[in-house]
Amino acid sequence: MAVTGIILVLFLIAHMLGNLKIFTGEEAFNHYAHWLRDLGTPLLAPGWYLWLQRTVLMVAVLAHIGAATVLALRARAARPVAYAHRRKIHVNYAARTMRWGGVIILLFVIYHILDLTTGTLNPVGDSTRPHSNVVADFAPERWYVTLFYTLAVVTLGFHLRHGAFSAFRSLGQQTPKGERRARTAALVFAVVLTAGYLVVPFAVLTGLVA
Amino acid sequence: MNLTLRIWRQKGPEDKGQMVTYQVPDVSPDMSFLEMLDVLNERLILDGEEPVAFDHDCREGICGMCSLMINGEAHGPQRGTTACQLHMRQFKDGDTIDIEPWRARAFPVVKDLVVNRNAFDKIIAAGGYVTAPTGSAPEAHSVPVPKADADAAFESAACIGCGACVAACPNGSGMLFTAAKITQLSLLPQGQPERYTRVIGMVDAHDEAGFGGCTNIGECAAACPKGIPLNTIGRLNRDFLKATSKRAGTPGS
Repeated sequence: MAVTGIILVLFLIAHMLGNLKIFTGEEAFNHYAHWLRDLGTPLLAPGWYLWLQRTVLMVAVLAHIGAATVLALRARAARPVAYAHRRKIHVNYAARTMRWGGVIILLFVIYHILDLTTGTLNPVGDSTRPHSNVVADFAPERWYVTLFYTLAVVTLGFHLRHGAFSAFRSLGQQTPKGERRARTAALVFAVVLTAGYLVVPFAVLTGLVA
Repeated sequence: MNLTLRIWRQKGPEDKGQMVTYQVPDVSPDMSFLEMLDVLNERLILDGEEPVAFDHDCREGICGMCSLMINGEAHGPQRGTTACQLHMRQFKDGDTIDIEPWRARAFPVVKDLVVNRNAFDKIIAAGGYVTAPTGSAPEAHSVPVPKADADAAFESAACIGCGACVAACPNGSGMLFTAAKITQLSLLPQGQPERYTRVIGMVDAHDEAGFGGCTNIGECAAACPKGIPLNTIGRLNRDFLKATSKRAGTPGS
């Protein structure tokens, strides 16, 4: 879980930085998007780098889901008879929503690829003009898209808050002092990433990016 | 105070079992939780009914026998307290209290509130000890142990093996117990020679017993009557990673 999660987190950081380029103007944003296709040339043919990255991400996502499924099945098998009365004493919303949160994030990723990668569900859907796609996507009359996006990103934030701490712990974080640091780092990271992703649709919604 | 109890009654391992309601009048707030159950049982015996079976021994919070899920919380509402040390002043007149056994595949119900915690013994048998006889206590200065290590080892050694961590864990994992039993040895010089075979053996025994996997939620440490900290599991993880990445069978490695 930790290792595949880290691969996905590295992508999330790069993806967020790329998104933020939208504030540098239409030309710069489109240029960045086209550069991604040419990345790695002349060693790689144009577009190869993207497919390489997609393959790595796909393997990481499948392994991440596979490991989560094994854990969920083991948890179910470990308690065949449920409690009649159950109270959660240690309130940790992030940790409790890891599994269903993960399902929401997966559904969002599928939608997100159909929307802004293939352009199938995008009102513009022109891969040569990514800036126009984004602006059309989060237009005020398509508020439900922004709402779903916000919901998914907040879910991702919660997922990262527990996931990042849990990764530190799984990879051997062992002191009480380190635990406090790991929890703080996970919280700050989750908040920064959530804010970084949300700022784009809301900038479009408020007309800051047009 | 007058209480309504809803207690899990199960005649034997094969019986289906159900929650049964009992009224217990005139409970003193100074009674311990187990004394209150004793009062109920005395009445049940006088009425010719089968008394409620529950585990108990020392009744002073150090033996780890009591194992009651009280209103959905392992050992009841008071933190850092075993069920035997829980007093009725924690409850109010007219309260309804649900009492269930620990629920885990690795802890099958023997009868009523009694579960078989033999799975914990199997984890200990897989390496939770020092193989070589170490004799009587040596001169304290002959093997220096840093104070911080000694304190952390002692913190883990406080585990009484009651199973509250398993009962409270949403995954039904016994990792806090396993980690406590591993770190009480891994932090001390006597535990070093078998440190890395021990962690693999005990984690394997834990998984084989049918416990769930740890997802670092922290419900176990919150429920633990002895305050074993969650970072104990981090110590186990680090030892496990080292043990599995080490080359086995190479002298000096």
